[in-house]
Amino acid sequence: MATPREIAVAAERQDIRNRWLLSSPALVIIALAAIGPLFVMLLYSFMLKGDYGDVKAWQFSSDGWFGVFLQRDIFDDTLTLADAHVTIFWRSVKLSLMTTVVTLFLGFPTAYFIATRPAKQRDIWLFLVTIPFWTNILIRTFAMQEVIRNEGIVNSAMIWIGIIDAPIQIMYTDWAILFGMAYVYLPLMVLPLYASMEKIDFRLVEAGYDLYATRLQVLRRIIIPLVKPGIIAGSILVFIPSLGAYVTPRVLGGGKNMMLGNLIELQFGQGRNWPLGAALSITLMIIVTLALLVYVKNASKSGGGHG
Amino acid sequence: MAIGKTAIEAVGVTKIFQSSGQDSLKALDNVSVTIGENEFFTLLGPSGCGKTTLLRLIAGFDFPTDGQILLHGKDIAPLPPFQRPVNTVFQNYALFPHMTVGQNIGFGLEMQGKPKAQVEARVAEMLRLVQMEELKNRRTSQISGGQQQRVALARALAPEPKVLLLDEPLSALDYKLRKEMQIELKRLQNETGITFIFVTHDQEEALTMSDRIAVMSKGQILQVGSPRDIYDRPAVRFVANFIGETNFLEGKVVSTAKGQAKIALDAGTTITASLGDGAKPSGKVTVVVRPEHASLVAASGKATLSGKLENIVYFGTDTHYHVKLHGGSEFTVRHQNVHAGALAFEKGDKVGVLFGADAARVLRD
Repeated sequence: MATPREIAVAAERQDIRNRWLLSSPALVIIALAAIGPLFVMLLYSFMLKGDYGDVKAWQFSSDGWFGVFLQRDIFDDTLTLADAHVTIFWRSVKLSLMTTVVTLFLGFPTAYFIATRPAKQRDIWLFLVTIPFWTNILIRTFAMQEVIRNEGIVNSAMIWIGIIDAPIQIMYTDWAILFGMAYVYLPLMVLPLYASMEKIDFRLVEAGYDLYATRLQVLRRIIIPLVKPGIIAGSILVFIPSLGAYVTPRVLGGGKNMMLGNLIELQFGQGRNWPLGAALSITLMIIVTLALLVYVKNASKSGGGHG
Repeated sequence: MAIGKTAIEAVGVTKIFQSSGQDSLKALDNVSVTIGENEFFTLLGPSGCGKTTLLRLIAGFDFPTDGQILLHGKDIAPLPPFQRPVNTVFQNYALFPHMTVGQNIGFGLEMQGKPKAQVEARVAEMLRLVQMEELKNRRTSQISGGQQQRVALARALAPEPKVLLLDEPLSALDYKLRKEMQIELKRLQNETGITFIFVTHDQEEALTMSDRIAVMSKGQILQVGSPRDIYDRPAVRFVANFIGETNFLEGKVVSTAKGQAKIALDAGTTITASLGDGAKPSGKVTVVVRPEHASLVAASGKATLSGKLENIVYFGTDTHYHVKLHGGSEFTVRHQNVHAGALAFEKGDKVGVLFGADAARVLRD
């Protein structure tokens, strides 16, 4: 005869089995849509490149991974550091960080402004912030080009006022990419910041003033700590797509100011080097994951979040 | 209480809130009031009467449309809140959720630029004062409502303000805790010697805690006085109605003499009632009688008024007798219950109501 304890153990086992069964549709989707393609990519990065793109199936090679940071001289086969790739990696990380900082500085006051409007007006302002989001990214990028090109609005205006005599070359520089990305990704910063700010009890701000804190001290000691979850979320949301940006550097940066996205595209396109493209993609993913880990660790250490 | 030196003085303060396009709202209408040093002063009134607006003007969160707010004779109305030696205990406490109890209490001192050791010492002292030493390192979300209330008090008192403003601080607490905090607040005020300006809509709270009360309605102060003054000698109908239960009798003035007036009630009887200082009413007036200032007697010529006993409601400590007077108006008599038993009247009996001239008061309308 089964003891109560045995019955309980059996029931629990049955329960666990049922749970696996019930969650199987979700597990299948995750396996097919997320883990599967990643695995294919990993596999491709370790194969020989095909002559006209694609890979030579099941012929393994580490050439793809070598190519990420190293290059083989055409004449004497010596290995050297691939300067071009290092430059592109560095430019991507640098421009993504700068984009994050610029959008944070522009987005913070914007989100604060919206959060302090009367409840009815807020929706209108949020709507205005998200409108560019519904416009094709290519069109937005060309609009930015119209603003910063040599005969564009900025240069014409500065010449007309008399600040400069000849147009400043902004197009096809890193600055052009920075302006473009900051413009494109600003809503991604504003929205999470707003979501955090909207939750702030503004009586806390009054309490701060009441307790002799000046405006700057209230911002530093009360508002920023309370908005920290929004700052972190916004920074992640801007940094990650910036790192892999493709359209903006292509249009505004021209051919020579490539970023990682363009480099990867090149390998799958004209470069016909799929293994290298796959290896570069995985490298990009590792950088993003590392960045996320650092953020999460920082966030949990300082307690981030309300209360 | 005699008013010593003046702490806060409002002179002709008006506050108009402009709402876009529509009618502007006059929250305060030419309010003048003087609040003494070391006084427990209460602003009492229903919601929307302007009491919180007046408090916010003193704190500096809003600025008056017109008039002056003087602190020890100096106009502080144009100063921002962080330049006023005035602190506030907020209705919802407004404790900083990202700081510990100790950090909350020390925040004001830190912002004033006090050295760290001094801040630490003062925080310890304040924690002792509100009996919360062992909770210093807790987050504010980890303590109870009553404890949050104490932290809010300690935080506001820590920088030793000249005046402490309290915006309905007890309204979120349950009945028993509220009673405890009322006593606690009185004790803190005695120990610190700071002027307390207390905003409430709870008349009982106002009566038990205050040195003086200002009753407000529709942006104006109707009467200022000690709790006893306000309760026993209401000057206007609103005050009499808002504080405690009251019987209203309508009538016409027949004659006045020596602070008393003969009033011919609409029902026919003539009664004698006392007048406020220097009041010389004429024509139609209202007379108020507190239910506990009248007594129920057998119907006879001696009774001031007479009628029929409509209802008897038992309240434990006392009993309410509802009398329908000749002429139709209602009159309530409150009688303290004693061990010997209830009054020997029953529903439907013809009864008389007896009160003296000093129990009846003629109101300014």
